This record gives sequence, C-alpha cells and structure tokens, in this order.
Amino acid sequence: MKNVDIVIIGGGPAGLAAAIGAYEAGARDILILERENALGGILKQCIHNGFGLHTFKEELTGPEYAQRFIDKVREYNIPYQLDSMVLDINAEKVITCVSREHGVQQFKAGAIILCMGCRERPRGALGTPGERCSGIFTAGTAQKLVNLEGYLPGKKVVILGSGDIGLIMARRMTFIGAEVLCCVEVMPFSGGLKRNIVQCLDDYNIPLYLSHTVIDIHGKDRLTGVTIAEVDSHMNPIAGTEQYIECDTLLLSVGLLPENELSEMAGVKISPNTSGAVVDETLQTSVPGIFAAGNVLHVHDLVDFVSEESELAGKSAANYVKQAQQGTVSHRQVVMGNGVNAIVPQQISFTPDHDVHMMFRPRAVYKGAVITASVGEQTLYTKKARILAPGEMVNFTLKKDDLTAANPDLPLTVEIKEAA
Amino acid sequence: MNKMLTCIGCPMGCQIEVELDDNGNFVSSKGWSCNIGKRYAQEEVTAPVRTVTALVEVEGRQEPLSVKTANPIPKGKIFDCLAELKKVKVHAPVAIGDVVVENLCDTGISLVATKNIL
Repeated sequence: MKNVDIVIIGGGPAGLAAAIGAYEAGARDILILERENALGGILKQCIHNGFGLHTFKEELTGPEYAQRFIDKVREYNIPYQLDSMVLDINAEKVITCVSREHGVQQFKAGAIILCMGCRERPRGALGTPGERCSGIFTAGTAQKLVNLEGYLPGKKVVILGSGDIGLIMARRMTFIGAEVLCCVEVMPFSGGLKRNIVQCLDDYNIPLYLSHTVIDIHGKDRLTGVTIAEVDSHMNPIAGTEQYIECDTLLLSVGLLPENELSEMAGVKISPNTSGAVVDETLQTSVPGIFAAGNVLHVHDLVDFVSEESELAGKSAANYVKQAQQGTVSHRQVVMGNGVNAIVPQQISFTPDHDVHMMFRPRAVYKGAVITASVGEQTLYTKKARILAPGEMVNFTLKKDDLTAANPDLPLTVEIKEAA
Repeated sequence: MNKMLTCIGCPMGCQIEVELDDNGNFVSSKGWSCNIGKRYAQEEVTAPVRTVTALVEVEGRQEPLSVKTANPIPKGKIFDCLAELKKVKVHAPVAIGDVVVENLCDTGISLVATKNIL
C-alpha cells in the first residue's frame, strides 16, 4: 500500500481545480485518479460555448475550459492516473482502485477530495410505462455519442425534460441533421436557463410543451413513437389530451444526481436535501480528512463555481495534511428558512478563517423577494432580488468577522422574505 | 409588423414586443423591465448573431474535431455554414485555436478548433 498526502477521486473540472488548489496551498504529494482515458470529465463532450464567463471573462467551449486546467496540472507536474476506477474508500482513508495497467492498487491517503461529479436520472427513475425498445437515451449519453464518438443517435427526436443538457442537445441534433419535434416538460416552467430556451429551442422553432409529459413509449425493437399528454397541478395526466408523436429517438433530460456511492462507503454523511455530503465551510465532510467539491457535493449551474469551490477544497485538504486543521472543530448549524433549499455548507465553524461562500436553490419562483442570513436578531446579509427561480442557484458571501462575532448559541438562518 | 422575443438578460425572461416598419427596421419595443432588455430587443431584430459550435471529420479517426466560429456569425447563415462544414476534413494533429476554415461562407469570420487532437 502506497502513502499519498492527497488523493483526488475524479479528473473532471472539480478534480482538476482541487489539485491546483492543493498544489498552490503547498501540497506536493498529490494523485488524481480518473476512470476515463483522459482528463476533463464531462467538459470533454460539452462542445457548446458559454463556459468560463465568470472566471476568464470570455466564453469558452467545454474542451477549451478544461484544457486551461489540464495545462496547469501539467505545469505543476501533478501526477494523475487514467483508466483507473476507484472501487472502495474506507473511513481510514484507504482507497482501492483497479486499472488494466496496474491491476488492483491501494493507497493510504492523508486527505481525500471527492470529485466524482453527478450522473443523469435514467428512464428507470421515471416509471414511464411502455415498451423497452432501443432509441431511448439520456441527453448526456446522446451528447457523448455525437460529440465524442461521431454517431447520429436518431433522426426524429422527442426530448423529455427541459434541463440544460436536453436543450443543448435539441440544438445539436438539429445541427447534425436530425428533426427535433418537441421538448416536453412536466413542470409549468423550464428547469433550463432562459438563454438556452431561446438559443436552442426558439431559434429553431422547436416547441416546448410545459405541463406535459410522456405517458407511453411504443416500439418493438426500435422506438416508433411516444404518447404525450398534458398534466394537472398534481402532475397526473389529463384524459383526452393524449397525443401520439411518431419518432425514433427519445432523449431524457430529467435531472442530475450526485454520485456518492464511494462517499457512503467511507461513512460520509449525506444530506437528503442536496444528495451530496454534509460539509462545513472548508468543504470537509463528516469524516475528518475527507473533503467534497463540485457536482458530487451539489449540482451546479455553472462550471465556474465548480472550479471555485474545488480550489477551496484543495486548499482545505492541503491545510489538513499540514495538520493546521486537525482536531475537532465545533460548528454552528445552518438552518434553511422559508423558500431555501439545498444549502451548502450545512455547518460553519464558530471561528472561520476565511469569508464563507453560501449557495442554495430557491424552492419556487419569487419576484421582488429579499434574501437574508441572520443569527438571532443579528442580520449578517440581506439582498433584494428581482427574481429567484429553482433553476438558478443563489450565491452570497458572509464575512468571517461577522460570523465570529455572532452569538455562538444560535444557528445561522437563511431565508427568503417574500414581497408583500 | 410586430415580433415577440424572450429576453435572455436574466432569469426573468421578459416577453418583449418589438414593432418593425414595412422594411423590417426597428421602430420601438415594449415589455422589457430594464436597459438590458431594451438593448437586446433592438440588436436581436436588427442584426441577430450567434457563435456556432460544431463538429468536423478528422481523417482516419472516428472521434470528430469540435470547432467554433471565432466570433458570432449572422443567425441567418448558420445552416449555410453547417452545410459547408460537412465538406471539411482535417488532418491530425490539431491544436486549440488552429484555423480550420478561413472566412467561413463569406462571413469574414474563421472557424477554429476547440480541442487538441494528437
């Protein structure tokens, strides 16, 4: 068994930024384990532009954004091992990994950074009835087939769900010569960014049916069509609104789930709210020395924020290894008040050594509401927002001095105060 | 003549109604709630542009090369440009930023590689 100061699980945007963050904080004995044959993660297949506006002040495509981080990892000579699948992590921070080149390997880590990202909800998670024919793909799988493997997955396409990957794929399928018939969304609003609705659907006259879903799937070998219907406010299909659509391909863009099997093996406490680890402001999980960042922690809208968060996890892991942060730290709990969902971090030490970046998702659409963070009567943050929606994550920063000065007996409450 | 647009400035997504004269020139707009929307509406009806990202074939490889227009091109030329790309075949190696096609479909804008192929 080999000892390594910091092992990073995953070489996507989170893992790359975590490695850079750890290196820049002084760590030198770092190893990135990546299960695919190249670094970059999901960015490799995201060939559309719009990445990096926040970090680099220019719009990059996914591969270009990833390459900037890969170049830095190479410049720092940070070791990485490709084609290496981590099978197990335990609470003693022993990592078991398998690869064609090295067989089974074990590493004893000083600190681990979980950067496994997320995975798409598949058909099985939806319970859509119908036949089990070919031609049904998650949007991300279709994206990989088209952008990395050069295939055309189908010619007449229906998209179920209006998440961003589905919208991006509506445009991509149109570009490569397929006919995209419609995008069907069960909610009365789209989960995708406005920009994507306009530039991926409206630009190509692809209709978006809100409050509609697929209720039946037809086809013996290959998909031949789907039946869609309107749904009521309880999401039950309304009789009489059924419509048959002939198609050979159904793409699913119905949500992302953090991939935490390894985290659970290590005994990391998972929040039912984010489906990611419970962390403090250093991004340390419930297991000392194990950190989490990126989409494995909570699903982000923008990769720029994944990179920022992961750099912090890298720094925290480096500090942990230097023993600066070892020992038990007591925490103030973060409480989600009205309208607040999926907040990260869920706890903050009483004397944080840096300002704390908070992120959450609004539970619904709010107009002219006020976001506040307070400890008892003391307000630490307040801001009016013209519009809040579940599709757009809310970010704000709390000052470390304000947090240190706040009453230690009370939790931090974050809430949305709705307009009267 | 009137045209409806959805503003992309923020999640609000204001529905903007733009009034055009008989020659399709911008006259006025309403429905926006800030200057971003006001500006977007005028630009979008007078000269809409988009950055196009696409794929081109690489000689002897299954994996295509991802490419983008170095600057946004007129929206009306997107499908002409895509048709042009179908005829393009590049040879490895290719590096990010390499020009794949110059002056794509007389737009004055070049098509550049967005990934490295060794």
